Amino acid sequence: MISELFTVTVLIGILSSGIRLATPYLYAAIGETFSQRSGVLNLGVEGQMLLGAFAAFYVAMNTGSLWLGVLAAMIVGVAMGLAMAFATVNLHAEQGISGIGFYLFGLGMSDLLFQKMMGTVRTVDGFQKIAIPFLSKIPGIGEIFFNHNILVYGSYFLVLLAWFVLNKTTLGLKIRAVGENPDAADSLGVSVARVRYFAIIFGGMMSGLAGASLSIALLNVFQQNMTSGLGFIAVALVYFGAWRPGGVLVGALLFSMVNSLQLWIQVLGISIPSELAVMMPYVLTILVLIATVSKVIAPTALTKPFEREE
Amino acid sequence: MKKFTQIATFVVALALILSACGGAKPTEAPKPVATEAPAQPATEAPAAATEAPVVAEPFRVAVIMPSAKNDMAFSQSMYDALVAIQNEMGADKFEFVFSEGMFKVDDAAAAIRDYATQGYNLVIAHGSQYGSSLQEIAPDFPETSFAWGTTVDTFGLPNIYAYEAASEEGGYVNGVLAASLSKSKTIGIVAPIETGDAKLYVEGFKQGVAATDPAVKVNVNYIGSFSDVALAAEAANTHISNGADVLTGTAQMVVGAIGKAKDSNVLWFASDANQSSLAPEIVVVSQVYHWEIILKEMISKIQSGTLGGESFAINLKNNGEVMEYNPGYNLAPEVKALGDAAIQGIIDGTITITLP
Amino acid sequence: MRSRLSALFDALLPVIATLAALAVGAVMLLFLKVNPVEAYAALWDGAFGSTNAFAETLVKATPLLLVALGICISFRGDVINIGGEGQMIIGGLLATWVGLTFTNAPGWLVITSAMIAGFLGGAIWGGIPGYLKAYFNVNEILSTVMMNAIAVQIMNFMLRGPMIDPVQAQKASKIPQTARLIESFRLARLMPPTRLHFGLIIAVALAVLVYILLWRTTLGYRIRAVGLNPSASKYAGIKVQRYIVMALLLSGAFAGLAGAVQVYGVNYRMITDGSASGFTSNSGFNGIVAALFGQLHPLWSILASVLFGALLVGANQMQRVVQAPSALITALNGLVVVFVVSSEFLRRRRQRQRLAQANKENPPPADAPDRPMEAKS
Repeated sequence: MISELFTVTVLIGILSSGIRLATPYLYAAIGETFSQRSGVLNLGVEGQMLLGAFAAFYVAMNTGSLWLGVLAAMIVGVAMGLAMAFATVNLHAEQGISGIGFYLFGLGMSDLLFQKMMGTVRTVDGFQKIAIPFLSKIPGIGEIFFNHNILVYGSYFLVLLAWFVLNKTTLGLKIRAVGENPDAADSLGVSVARVRYFAIIFGGMMSGLAGASLSIALLNVFQQNMTSGLGFIAVALVYFGAWRPGGVLVGALLFSMVNSLQLWIQVLGISIPSELAVMMPYVLTILVLIATVSKVIAPTALTKPFEREE
Repeated sequence: MKKFTQIATFVVALALILSACGGAKPTEAPKPVATEAPAQPATEAPAAATEAPVVAEPFRVAVIMPSAKNDMAFSQSMYDALVAIQNEMGADKFEFVFSEGMFKVDDAAAAIRDYATQGYNLVIAHGSQYGSSLQEIAPDFPETSFAWGTTVDTFGLPNIYAYEAASEEGGYVNGVLAASLSKSKTIGIVAPIETGDAKLYVEGFKQGVAATDPAVKVNVNYIGSFSDVALAAEAANTHISNGADVLTGTAQMVVGAIGKAKDSNVLWFASDANQSSLAPEIVVVSQVYHWEIILKEMISKIQSGTLGGESFAINLKNNGEVMEYNPGYNLAPEVKALGDAAIQGIIDGTITITLP
Repeated sequence: MRSRLSALFDALLPVIATLAALAVGAVMLLFLKVNPVEAYAALWDGAFGSTNAFAETLVKATPLLLVALGICISFRGDVINIGGEGQMIIGGLLATWVGLTFTNAPGWLVITSAMIAGFLGGAIWGGIPGYLKAYFNVNEILSTVMMNAIAVQIMNFMLRGPMIDPVQAQKASKIPQTARLIESFRLARLMPPTRLHFGLIIAVALAVLVYILLWRTTLGYRIRAVGLNPSASKYAGIKVQRYIVMALLLSGAFAGLAGAVQVYGVNYRMITDGSASGFTSNSGFNGIVAALFGQLHPLWSILASVLFGALLVGANQMQRVVQAPSALITALNGLVVVFVVSSEFLRRRRQRQRLAQANKENPPPADAPDRPMEAKS
């Protein structure tokens, strides 16, 4: 039975579904990376995702335009980010706890809106797969990498963009400075508040997009609490990736591929308790981190509100 | 020291508010003594608006459901049943209230007790995880009738009804049809955790397939969650990549799997509720629960004074389980005949499903 | 007089913030065509309206407080523990195992051992992330999130496999639950017929103990020192890594105890609906909120847990009476949390202003009063 795992079909299946599964994690975790790099822990990701997922689905269903759905999800994410930024930057609210508050709000609000505005579970025709010309024809590789929908491609592009912005632009420098040493940044004339606002709002927008990638690209349905802990995993992946977009990418792919591996193990009828299969990605993520003992430390000012010394 | 003054101030302030607000309201203490007549407790604010001078007391039902009332699955089947009864009996004769999303067992216990205190005629705990709480609470309210499912266990208490769904029967019929329609001879199942109704359904489905075409392979994926729509979808994808051209599944997270089945144009066999509207092109048939069949029986028993001690089951025979074919899917008549034969066989007992 | 009034205002700020959140909720209720006055009357009634209601509030507050106590320890040690859910599960499982295995032992002995087993179970489940953080630099937010998911699968496996109720094992439906604890193994009810049980006394007593631990013992001092400044602590000769492990281990232990108390005080068995919250009622998360409401102070946490418990219990009553969707209540809880933490800012600013004013009037003594009340994380 085990040998069945090593057939070409299965390997292609594992890799291509791993790439798909990683999409919402990537959007959310890259957004969170920005937020944390600027010194703000946002535990409300899951709530932002749920509201984003609902907004995208509702708008797409009623207007027939998927792109308007994406836009709606991003707007909702921005609004949630704005509220989060106001609470944590202006009101110095404890970040972890206000994040949990925003999570609960998003969880309840998306459910409420769903009940009042849709009433029952429905489906939409989401983004279709786009086979990239020529590349998708390469045996194996084509199926794994070049036959997905636009939001899947987008998430990988985002990783690249995030790496570039964080490491190669002044904006990235400011974000990092504000997260490492806000006092110094402030004395150099960088507005800590403004940079953090930007990072949190961007994070919210990406969380909204992560929700949209679920509701109108990967699953094409909306249901209460459909993220089911995905947002929290995304936050955890930021730590896995040690606050670097590349690391986040590795973490998201690892987690997703092991998850699709466990699905295959069950589908192929390899007899292990289903619970053991289900817990594999969680166990392996921890084990990999242990094996690759890292010396990275968090942005120094993470979770610490900034107050100018008078 | 300063901290404690602060704490003290807080406590005193709080106590002040407590007593101020407490004083404004009549402090009735609804002790868990069941009211003789199922009349509304005079002191309580009316639970549902029933101001009209009632000639005959309406029959009042409270239900506690684990997920949302519109989950397209287990909870919705109960909600729809109560709506159906209300439409039949009339809103003046039958009223019901519900607590949905009560996945936390101890919150559900509080709700059960509270409804019983308020003198509902029948309190339904719609989830096998609530049984333990019911066992505690029911003896305190000898005049109230309770029902819970899915199970057959009334704990030997005279005021508890138990109910269950023979989900293996619909599973079997689905299995027969699925095996007949599968060209690739591979079928995938997406299920939550390996227990309860889900397990029964899977068991029945497998036997239906085996009885029809032993060459067809059935692969089961327990995703370990009732809510992870994304994982359910990817499980469906995995089945499809593995060559499955027919899928089925049970519990509320399968909506994700249905979406995938629709995208890949593979067939879907539904359970719990009618899921045809989600993907009219590919849903072949849905096993639908009609709890109203047994609820009506329970209600008439309660009205004639028997408060419990019996266990009910919905199945194909008593029409509590109905195979609802999707009119949008063009099912070949000879295949449908196979399904109908399976239904008939289960009803008249020529087909038996052995459960582990 | 003025300062006393002002202190009163400060103390009332969380209450005012809660009321503000409820006001926003009222708008949402109106939108749903529900009378907010009626709804909030129901909320109040459900939490404090009767002896039974208040007892339910306290029952709800008990696990919150236990989890919160652990959070006070870990957050003071600058270790974030969001693994309360998993720690409760493992604690509950071990404690249940004790009660189902030693059926012939005397009640007091079994209950005591079970509580210890719960404590140990949680300690293991919290200690692992602690060890990984201290010695492998594995971030504890990541590991505790993952450990929660792992614990859920262990629970599901145990309850449908090795630990399943023998009665259920015979039946086709196989409800995933353990057998029931026999009557003599249950925590005493304090005010029958309400569900208020001895666990509350355990929790309050432990709150005092944790207070003593944190501020009157070397262990507590070192955990806090490591939390405030790890490098300085290292220079002072404190084995920093050991105290990181201790902080998470203790934090997990209290959550594990909460799991044990839920089994022995409320449910008398373990049942799973496949998710963590079916067993924990989210106490592992809500306990964090309660601890932070309580300024990470064990004694304040008592009050915070009761208030938060009241909100949760009252909200359920609100759903029952006015048939408001449970989703609204979840959203409302979120709003309350956000409003209350945000109001902290106002309180602290006023405190600073007062301090500044006092300093102007009479200069401060050399040793500035430490302010452990300040929330930090």
